[in-house]
Amino acid sequence: MDGVGNGPRVLVEFSFFGLFDVSISQTVLSSFLVMVVLLILSWRLGKGLQKRPTRRQVLVEKGVSILYDLVEDTMGKHNSRFTPFIGALFCSSVCGTLISLFGGVFRSTTADLSTTVTWALIVTVMVWYQNIKQNGFFGWLKGFTEPVAVMTPMNIISEIAQPISMSFRHFGNIAGGGVLTTLIYGALAAGSSLILSWVPNEIIRSIPFLQVGIPAFLSIYFDLFSGFIQALVFCMLTMVYVGAACPPPEETAA
Amino acid sequence: MELAKGLIAIGAGICMGIGAIGPAIGEGNAVGKALEGMARQPEVASTLRTNMILGCAITESTGIYSLVIALLLLFVF
Repeated sequence: MDGVGNGPRVLVEFSFFGLFDVSISQTVLSSFLVMVVLLILSWRLGKGLQKRPTRRQVLVEKGVSILYDLVEDTMGKHNSRFTPFIGALFCSSVCGTLISLFGGVFRSTTADLSTTVTWALIVTVMVWYQNIKQNGFFGWLKGFTEPVAVMTPMNIISEIAQPISMSFRHFGNIAGGGVLTTLIYGALAAGSSLILSWVPNEIIRSIPFLQVGIPAFLSIYFDLFSGFIQALVFCMLTMVYVGAACPPPEETAA
Repeated sequence: MELAKGLIAIGAGICMGIGAIGPAIGEGNAVGKALEGMARQPEVASTLRTNMILGCAITESTGIYSLVIALLLLFVF
């Protein structure tokens, strides 16, 4: 069962005009593909909006309004400027996870730690920026000694733990699901050849009949359901953290 | 070298085994309480369901950390 747990393979290596050498891994390939697909999709869906909406436009408007309601419910009406970011994060996470269904060379972008850690760091920098913009640099530092000075190390640890837990949760679910599916796929092959071992005919004995239906259900759970849920959880946590960092304006004005 | 391989396998097994106890109990409670809420007030069932699924996904994370560590143990060392 080798090759089950290894990470994304490096596909192409070339030197960028002799300056430095660039290595394109599977994750980079599939994340660029996801980016292109999402760009084309959003451009096509966003163009040609009419007063009397066509069926396609109604669907798109429904989706966008669901997104806006979700963000406004979680972060408050004053924070609805974050909706494009949350939408982009959600779409790239769901499409990034589902791309592995399309073939061997495409590996889920989120099954690679560098993707999820990058998103988590982006969110952390956003939270710090909003915090500093809100209460100033020293206000942000003072925030670490919030309830009582003794709590400072605890606050710092929890500040660091946030991105780590967000990224590991998303990465672990998708990557773990992938590894489990591959392992069970191999076990099913062994199981079906064990069951058919008494068949004298060579060809019939080699048919892995158990492998036909079962891995599909597994991938539906691991890739579709858990991918969607992890994207939702990542976006919800992002909204909660960023929302906490920017309170409603009237609160500061009062 | 064989002994190391065996110990690593035992470590991964224990790590995953113990790591699975906590989230299972936590999620069991969460789903149980959510179902009680749904039984008591069926009209808020949809919001309860989404919050339950979100809560379960977040409690799942400790189990997933032990899964990641077990996989690292198995495939990296």
